[in-house]
Amino acid sequence: MSSPYLSQPSSVSMIMLKVLCAMIPAIAADAWFFGPAVLVTICLASITALCVEALMLQLRNRPVLPFLMDGSALLTAWLLALSIPPMGPWWMIVTGTAFAIAISKHLYGGLGNNPFNPAMVGYAVLIISFPVQMTQWLAPESVAQAHLGLGEVLDYMFFHILPQGMNLDAVTSATPLDTLKTQLHMERPIGEILSMPIYGAMGGKGGEWMAAAYLAGGLYLLQQRIITWQVPVAFLASIFAISGLFHLADSAHHAGPFFHLASGASMIGAFFILTDPVTGPTTPKGKLLFATGAGILTYLIRTYGNYPDGVAFATLLMNICVPLIDAYTQPPVFGKKK
Amino acid sequence: MRKLFHFNGGVHPPQHKVESVKDPIRKPPLPEKLVIPLHQHIGTAAKVAVMVGERVLKGQKIGEATGNVSSAIHAPTSGKVLEIGNFPVAHPSGLSELCVTIAPDGMDEAAPFSPVDPFSMDPAEIRKILRDSGVVGLGGAVFPSAIKLNPGREKQVRTLVLNGAECEPYITCDDLLMRERADEIVKGAQIMRHLLHAEEVIVGIEDNKPEAIAAMKQAAGDEIEVVAVPTLYPGGGAKQLIRVLTGIEVPAGERSTDLGVQCFNVATAYTVYRAIACGEPVTSRIVTVTGNVKNPGNYEALIGTPMDFLIGLSEPLEGSRGALMGGPMMGFDLPSVSVPVVKATNCIIVKSEKLFPAPPTPMPCIRCGRCAASCPADLQPQELYWFAKAGNFGKAQEYSLFDCIECGCCSYVCPSHIPLVQFYRYAKSEIWAQEREKKSSDIARVRHEFRIERTEREKREKAERLAQKAAQTRAQIKAEENS
Amino acid sequence: MLDAILVMSGLALFLGSLLGYASIRFHVQGNALVEKIDAILPQTQCAQCGFPGCRPYAEAIAEGRAEINQCPPGGEANIHKLADLLGVEFKSLNAKHGAEKPKSVAFIDENTCIGCTLCIQACPVDAISGAPKHMHTILSQECTGCELCIEPCPVDCISMVPVAVTVSNWKWKAPSYLQEAG
Repeated sequence: MSSPYLSQPSSVSMIMLKVLCAMIPAIAADAWFFGPAVLVTICLASITALCVEALMLQLRNRPVLPFLMDGSALLTAWLLALSIPPMGPWWMIVTGTAFAIAISKHLYGGLGNNPFNPAMVGYAVLIISFPVQMTQWLAPESVAQAHLGLGEVLDYMFFHILPQGMNLDAVTSATPLDTLKTQLHMERPIGEILSMPIYGAMGGKGGEWMAAAYLAGGLYLLQQRIITWQVPVAFLASIFAISGLFHLADSAHHAGPFFHLASGASMIGAFFILTDPVTGPTTPKGKLLFATGAGILTYLIRTYGNYPDGVAFATLLMNICVPLIDAYTQPPVFGKKK
Repeated sequence: MRKLFHFNGGVHPPQHKVESVKDPIRKPPLPEKLVIPLHQHIGTAAKVAVMVGERVLKGQKIGEATGNVSSAIHAPTSGKVLEIGNFPVAHPSGLSELCVTIAPDGMDEAAPFSPVDPFSMDPAEIRKILRDSGVVGLGGAVFPSAIKLNPGREKQVRTLVLNGAECEPYITCDDLLMRERADEIVKGAQIMRHLLHAEEVIVGIEDNKPEAIAAMKQAAGDEIEVVAVPTLYPGGGAKQLIRVLTGIEVPAGERSTDLGVQCFNVATAYTVYRAIACGEPVTSRIVTVTGNVKNPGNYEALIGTPMDFLIGLSEPLEGSRGALMGGPMMGFDLPSVSVPVVKATNCIIVKSEKLFPAPPTPMPCIRCGRCAASCPADLQPQELYWFAKAGNFGKAQEYSLFDCIECGCCSYVCPSHIPLVQFYRYAKSEIWAQEREKKSSDIARVRHEFRIERTEREKREKAERLAQKAAQTRAQIKAEENS
Repeated sequence: MLDAILVMSGLALFLGSLLGYASIRFHVQGNALVEKIDAILPQTQCAQCGFPGCRPYAEAIAEGRAEINQCPPGGEANIHKLADLLGVEFKSLNAKHGAEKPKSVAFIDENTCIGCTLCIQACPVDAISGAPKHMHTILSQECTGCELCIEPCPVDCISMVPVAVTVSNWKWKAPSYLQEAG
């Protein structure tokens, strides 16, 4: 072994653990506003992720324990679980997580080698394969006509049984972003749409609090120097700018910038998804470019696309560009700056 | 107050300096045997100038500088030359090099020294004295100082920087030298300034050495500026210190003199003073012995002293296993602790499991970018690692592999504990090897083509000669027939 | 129907003439390829490939008369480079031509040498000095290790000595560790 003979006491597991911790406030907010279903989804996704990770490591002849302990599989599972409707059927959660870990992570070479964000690949596969289940989001409990306890949630997720006489529509609704899109198609004025009961002060009811929780978690990650400012700032700023422009140009058909920041996956995307180091660029300039591109794509897909939100596809599309971005944004080295 | 500049990144490893500064510089007893390598500097090895069995005096030249870049080697004490042969030297490879072994006779009888007045002499003459006195950079690079003290014709050296930063953990030899011999350092700096015609002299010392700063300030007077620089590894790297003090960035492959700056270690200034004003060649240096020893401290060790002799004086503790030469960030594992102290030996750290635990098993790179954030050369270590690992050396060079100063910051901060610097060292030495091969195959090609041409020419000439001869004979026969 | 035929043949004509023009305009001198191949070959001039030197072998490769795996001194590394350059599949070294060996240089046992100059005539790079009836010496700096001098020596006084590793040509090893090794 050659020098240096000292190293900082940090590790991949430590980084992943801190990211997981930073997600806890948002999960709490989720459970508070939408009921305990999200906790079941997270548990199921976590167990699947760990099992598939162990299996794949075994198949690839890699040491199982150190890689299982690195926490990256858990992180993928949590991100995916928080991106899909909290009360999806169990097989959907298992399929999505297994696909994310086995195909989009391990088949590309495992930790550190996957070009696409595994959680977003899982999400994309699910939304293309199971569009109906993927749009059945839980309505905020303050709005829903009925509430489900933990037992009832488990009954539905595993056996597809709802309490006697209850309709699924009583507990689910489309997401605020989706509702906005369909209602705009029906030519309803935007002010009227946004005064519907699922909307809160800025975004969707409950959803805006989750966005705030993600923001808090993200600030913690910034303070811990696990992520850098470039990606979140550029992503949020570009969403703010482009939605602001559209809003100024035509406020009757375009929601304002704050709505876009507080809705959908903007905040989790800015602080937890796009900041994934493995699938993002490493140069400061590259990060700005990457996140700005993702912000613009997100807005365009949200507004003109067929899907409820654009963060996943924007992330995947920008992931493709990462090698190119990195190659063209190499910072000048010491002594060769202009 | 001087405006200070920043360089990118840097790290704050634990210092471990207080352990070895409790005592003043110690004078070790004479060892039984001194093994003096003839190649202690960058450039060509010195040529042996003594014979086996010969009695040498302290300061007598035992190796003559040969070639443009070289430096002389001297006997550190009086005694008999026992052997001239290959012995293991302080190098990560553990390989042997030509050494002169001297058995000290205990009289420490010195050859007559001839001090000169540098300010009334031809600078070229002074540089020759420095070369013949074996003065080389004592910060670790051991580049012959005489060459660096040649200002060149066109470019003016404005600033002379003296490096007393000593940024690596554990090492304190420069600290103690500045505390105890500040006057000599300052006088050496004045000689250097005279040689370079430098306008200003700045001494940069990290602010974790207040005693050294005070001593140097007192010795420096008004002409030389002593500046406390923030403690941040690798702030003592020549390029980083020049950047911090002057704002100038010296690119890889360029000489700092071309940008108007020259940088020397404080210990080098000290030896310049001793060589010129006292006529005394470099036969000893201050070595920090620390780590897993009972009695860490600094020794004024003769060149050629076996390292285990110094370690023995510091009383190694239980659990010692091997030693490092240099600091823990840039030094190297000594293949054997019995190799001799050389001019580059600033520090010997005795290792133990507790001080230097085995690094955790490396994980894959997750491209977190901490290495790039810590890199004082503004490189992208994660990309270099990728290319080096894949054997894609051309690409690694494109990404400025040779700008890497091997400071170790990237490996230090890597959460995956990847031995990044080792990958760069490997890539660099492979590239050098390829270049050597390319050069020799180019020579072989030329020689082969020349040979083919020559054999053909010889064949042609022979044929011509024969034809000529045949024609002559024919003509002769004809003439005979005619007559 | 007629339209389609016209369009297709018109397109074919156009693209064909474009390709024809390009092949003339951007014609690579045959020598350029030979130079590139020759630059990769180790210039040992050992003739193990079956050609009388590196350049003839390079020419043979360029003309498709020889395989890329006939050069033992270049070894697998060079075959990879040649395969990259020519865009062909890698082949492992053809054992018929010899095996890859560590770089060595010839050494003449000067006590045995009778000064016959046969080795001097055999050396492709003039790396042996000496005169008739005087003992010969290898200029080890210039020796390519081709071994061509060994065979002609009537007294078997030439042996191959591997090039020693010194501090100046020593190389750092690539770090190898468990997880990333695979």
